Amino acid sequence: MVTTVTERARGGVGESVVRVDAVAKATGTFEYASDLRAEPMLWGAVLRSPHPHALIRHIDVSAAAALPGVRAVLLAADVPGKRTFGLNFDDQPVLAEGIVRYHGEPVALVAAETPAIAHEATKLITVGWEPLAAVTDMEDALRPGAPQLHDFGNVLRHVHIIHGDPDSAEADVWVDGYYETGMQDQAALGPEAGLAIPAPDGGIELFVASQWLHVDREQIAPCLNLPADKVRITLAGIGGAFGAREDIHMQIHACLLALRTGRPVKMSFGREESFLGHVHRHPSRIWLRHGATRDGRLVTVDARLLFDGGAYTSSSPAVLGNAGTFAAGPYEVPNVRIEGTLVFTNNPPCGAMRGFGAPQVCFAHEAQMDKLAAALHVDPVELRLRHALRTGSVLPTGQVLTGAAPVRELIERCVRAPMPSLQPARGRDQLDYPGTTGNVTRGEGIRVGIGYAVGFKNTAFSEGFDDAATARVTLSRGADGVVAEIRTAAVEMGQGLTTVLTQIARTELGVGQVVLRTADTSMGNAGSTSASRQSMMAGGAVQMACHQIRDRLAERARGRFTGNGQPLPDPVELRDGALVAGGEWVADVTDLLDEPAAETAVYHHRPTTGFDDAGQGDIHVTFTFAAHRAVVEVDTELGIARVLQVVAAIDAGKVLNPLGFEGQIEGGTAQGLGFALMEELLTENGVVRNPSFTDYLIPTFLDMPPVLTEAVEEPDPGVPYGLKGIGEAPTISSTAAVVAALRDATGRELNRAPVTPDDLAGLRPPRPTAGPPPVPDVPGQWPVAYYHQQVSTQQQLM
Amino acid sequence: MKLRLTVNGEPREIGEVGADESLLTVLRDSLGLTGTKNACEQGECGSCSVYLDGGLVCSCLVPAGQAEGADVGTVEGLAGYRDLDPVQEAFAQAGAIQCGFCTPGLVMAVHDLLRRVPDPSDGQIREALAGNLCRCTGYQKIISAVRLAAGRVNGHHGY
Repeated sequence: MVTTVTERARGGVGESVVRVDAVAKATGTFEYASDLRAEPMLWGAVLRSPHPHALIRHIDVSAAAALPGVRAVLLAADVPGKRTFGLNFDDQPVLAEGIVRYHGEPVALVAAETPAIAHEATKLITVGWEPLAAVTDMEDALRPGAPQLHDFGNVLRHVHIIHGDPDSAEADVWVDGYYETGMQDQAALGPEAGLAIPAPDGGIELFVASQWLHVDREQIAPCLNLPADKVRITLAGIGGAFGAREDIHMQIHACLLALRTGRPVKMSFGREESFLGHVHRHPSRIWLRHGATRDGRLVTVDARLLFDGGAYTSSSPAVLGNAGTFAAGPYEVPNVRIEGTLVFTNNPPCGAMRGFGAPQVCFAHEAQMDKLAAALHVDPVELRLRHALRTGSVLPTGQVLTGAAPVRELIERCVRAPMPSLQPARGRDQLDYPGTTGNVTRGEGIRVGIGYAVGFKNTAFSEGFDDAATARVTLSRGADGVVAEIRTAAVEMGQGLTTVLTQIARTELGVGQVVLRTADTSMGNAGSTSASRQSMMAGGAVQMACHQIRDRLAERARGRFTGNGQPLPDPVELRDGALVAGGEWVADVTDLLDEPAAETAVYHHRPTTGFDDAGQGDIHVTFTFAAHRAVVEVDTELGIARVLQVVAAIDAGKVLNPLGFEGQIEGGTAQGLGFALMEELLTENGVVRNPSFTDYLIPTFLDMPPVLTEAVEEPDPGVPYGLKGIGEAPTISSTAAVVAALRDATGRELNRAPVTPDDLAGLRPPRPTAGPPPVPDVPGQWPVAYYHQQVSTQQQLM
Repeated sequence: MKLRLTVNGEPREIGEVGADESLLTVLRDSLGLTGTKNACEQGECGSCSVYLDGGLVCSCLVPAGQAEGADVGTVEGLAGYRDLDPVQEAFAQAGAIQCGFCTPGLVMAVHDLLRRVPDPSDGQIREALAGNLCRCTGYQKIISAVRLAAGRVNGHHGY
């Protein structure tokens, strides 16, 4: 598939540009993974475990295999290569072998002529289950005698960060807090889907909605026992991702079925299977102790984090690393101790979701700042301004902030933004009451609250990982003039990357026509489309390739047009179809393209390091900061909240496409609002209870208030255009701001997100704690599996 | 069972439709009209919204047999040969589209809203579209798109 953009002399970096795929999406012609077909196509289906922890004594597939229309039934023993996969460690079985460790774990596969037959066949497979005791509470997982999920125990990783001298820090005012967050789901509307087509060379062509094609291939090929070049993956249209498509879901299964049957196999999850078949945001428990001097200086933070990783590793080690580094908040604190533990349980595996460890700790450290401000009798905004990180500040890891850090400006923008007009409690339109038509009061119990929160997160991968991005750009003569073609495996999942890449090419090459090739594995690795990284990484690679083309054309011009062969005067630019040097026209670009100019570039971010024994290191590449202000009203009698307005101030570096930027901020803020008020995937003894849009609630038109977006554009040095990654920033502090506003309205502690009506109405007390669990005994800062040699080729930490 | 219906003005006949099929699966799997989306298949998200005899429905909730003889309109039928429907154009221009999976259903719902209420208030827009989920946009730009489209079609809406 090719997307051609033919706007001329418009649509460069900094302009509001309509998405390149907008018309196809508005007319229904855009092809998503779930829309793919290739006859004679079979449909794949998965039998999943109903148990969170059980032995498999026997499996009988004979009735399923005998069902008319069934073409294959596969079990673990049918996997021709490696039987496990995983992003950080290959600990997740392709199909369960003797044991299942979470509700929804794949056990058997079916390929059949219709989806109905395939699903019917999965029900005819009989499994001899022997349920085991399940460990489904993250603190229980650490207790002696708990069922052990893996050979090396239930601790996947522990990070330990010491900054200053937290043990002897003296303070006048101490504030303790305990916080919990639930399991949020990405809830992308597009289901997990893909199509695998067997190739004549014995290989496989896979079309799939994924956030990183190359890392998919690294996991798929060994399981299929194929060399990487026989696994060719093409990006299919993505209906939202938010982290859920970083892990393998249907890729290996569809390929196995296609190779076994010799026919194309399509898989497309229903909504329930989608909830069971992808990773979620880690539930967390967080204990914080803040100490300040009487005159209001924050001198010490002690943070204990416990994250539930579920049954398998996924990207959990990196989530914990992030959470640890952000646990003290975007503030200068001279003495810090952070102890972060991530455990295995028999809950669903957790992994990447927008924010990647930062929203959980933001919820906690921001509640703590409000609590501390109250204890000090200081305005909570003033307390934040006083301690806000700035360029040159030192983080708890010892990392010095060298990039832009306009934290004060972000907070001040939130303060200065206009307030919403408040309606009188009585006599409103019914839709304007909290709970809309469900509100049976006359507004007697309505209270208004205002809350602020500030958060931050890294851009790109951390802890020493070199997640480079490759792009190839070709400039040539086309039928309608000069055309630029961009080839990159970076993924468009709705966030607007491809539009931004065309803007970069237009700006750097001075051409109107830009063609984007659909991402596939024949192109160079672009790294993951996650961690807010692709505008910087893939954008950086496209910009570099364009610069190389400019230099190539300047060489051609020097040889052929300028006569004396002297170097062209600076600056050499490509502008509106011309090569311009020192402000003077040199040549029309089209006349320099007797041969196309094609250049490949690989963009590397600056190197980082892992944690040393004290948790010190240059862990992250750069940071994006965000601040939110939320105004809510709560019907305190009914326990129903209505958010009236949210202000989102974002550290944008440089806004590349204002229209797309606002969309990211509004949408990311909505996901944070959902996490504050309604979004939780519920498990009961490890069994998922609400895998549907009927029972897992996400914000609707009636839940979302106006969002005022404020962009603070302080360029980040050393990054293309000075941009900052902004995909995750709006999701980090919006949850904390909304809950802060709910506390302000109700006067209640509200130490758990999402907040429920019972919490707001005072029918449920704050969540209790017996204090943090003891620090586990681990060999070092890296994931425990690392020390047990259970390391695959995948060691990237996101 | 056999099914005859009119889709986007064209009579269509499907030779074999399963007893448990919905109008959505008929449109997507039998007729290849995949513009209508399958996000939840239980009537919660509005992604599969189509016109059924002039009324907006979630096609996933309509048993295929119930569409016998019906006049069905899908997102593929909104745009003319060259021109987008004003609602589609407004969605593109207002930035109301990100991943776009909810877009066809929302375009249908907004089309239906403006047909009934040419100049809807903010509250009317939110209420009318409350059955359509979007996970990407936070809805603000969709509301902008509704206003933009309403301004263009107001008074001379041809539907």
